[in-house]
Amino acid sequence: MAKIPVQFRLNGSDRAAFVDAPETLLNTLRRGLGDFAPKYGCGQGACGVCTVLIDGEPHLSCLTLSVACEGKRIETASGMADGPDLHPLQAQFMEHFAAQCGFCTPGMLTVARALLDRNPNPTRDEVIEAISGNICRCTGYEPIVAAILAAAGSPGMRRSEGGRHA
Amino acid sequence: MLDVRHCATLAEAAGIVSGDRQAVLLGGGTLVMRDVNEGRLTEGTLLRVTDPVFRRIEAGGGRIELGAGVTMGMILANRDLAFLHAAARAIGGPAVRNMASVGGNLFAASPYGDFTVALLALDAQVVVQAGFGSGRAVPLEEFLAARERSGPALVTAVQFSRPSNPGEFHFRKISRVRPKGISVLSIAAHLPQSGGRMAQVRVAYGAMAPTPIRARGVERALEGKSLDAGAIQMAKQAALEGCRPATDAIASEWYRREVLPVHLGRLLAGDGR
Repeated sequence: MAKIPVQFRLNGSDRAAFVDAPETLLNTLRRGLGDFAPKYGCGQGACGVCTVLIDGEPHLSCLTLSVACEGKRIETASGMADGPDLHPLQAQFMEHFAAQCGFCTPGMLTVARALLDRNPNPTRDEVIEAISGNICRCTGYEPIVAAILAAAGSPGMRRSEGGRHA
Repeated sequence: MLDVRHCATLAEAAGIVSGDRQAVLLGGGTLVMRDVNEGRLTEGTLLRVTDPVFRRIEAGGGRIELGAGVTMGMILANRDLAFLHAAARAIGGPAVRNMASVGGNLFAASPYGDFTVALLALDAQVVVQAGFGSGRAVPLEEFLAARERSGPALVTAVQFSRPSNPGEFHFRKISRVRPKGISVLSIAAHLPQSGGRMAQVRVAYGAMAPTPIRARGVERALEGKSLDAGAIQMAKQAALEGCRPATDAIASEWYRREVLPVHLGRLLAGDGR
């Protein structure tokens, strides 16, 4: 079957790929475009490790067709750092030891980023709700919640538009 | 080989479904794409509907219509649908809610499908379109009973009346993990009061049978009564009528039967636990 061309904006850059009709966005990002931040976990929408932002909102890239992303704005954890300067969320994840094996980390960073873009000063309950679709088997979640709350209060947080922090 | 077709109108999608038994409508993807990833769906056509009607919310008046492609996130963003927010928030985490659709939830196997439980307690109708004709409205209970053996048709929308007093509509999902977990069970109840007595009571359960079901025994026990301790006790005694819960990874049949009357009693008593 013929490949289908798809174009979208990935972390602030225009990108194009030729995809199979039923190809998932996750496969296009990883195999086609070399963005290895989102990962394949359960393939069922239960673990959250493939989460990306589509037009600013969290979506599961393993359950999203690439052909449905034509013209959309896609953001992954790969676009959060500005060169050597980490995004405040990444810095606080390091500071609070919120990444152990690291497998869940890109998904956690992505949903946390969506939360702080919408709500710069979330409560602890709002943070817990925001990461409720993401599973971590290492940390017991407490370091992740602490890191997100610390990032919310840190200087340098700003909207994720364009994938860069101030 | 699996193909994807983009349909500009619902009529086009319904026409394809009626002529191709291997065509599957793709809503948010949280059910169909799981089958694709698991290798259970490898042949046929995925239909992607781009018709704006598919994702339209009409909630300004007394009669509400939700397009089948309306997501849980869209419901949560709509103030006119505040009485449904608890049920929409019960579905998955934020990413799932941005994808999971009203129409898809009607097909979610037990113990999933909590939003459908709320629709059942609202006496909703499902708009089903077969071929290129216009849609026809089917009572949700009838739709669910025939869900597994329904012919080639497309669910395009659900319709229901707005509760005259939103405070008389209740929903709760019981799960072992907070804030997100799969249902042990869920309960929705619409308890309209008229002159201090309940009239047109509708109660529905999720995960207490192969599909969401109406709790007829509870409805009979409450109809015409005032919502006091005596009526609640009678409702709890009738709670298990018609229930056929499964034993699964979340809870055993025994456990579901044990805890249902307790949670029903708490819901009716307005106990926030």
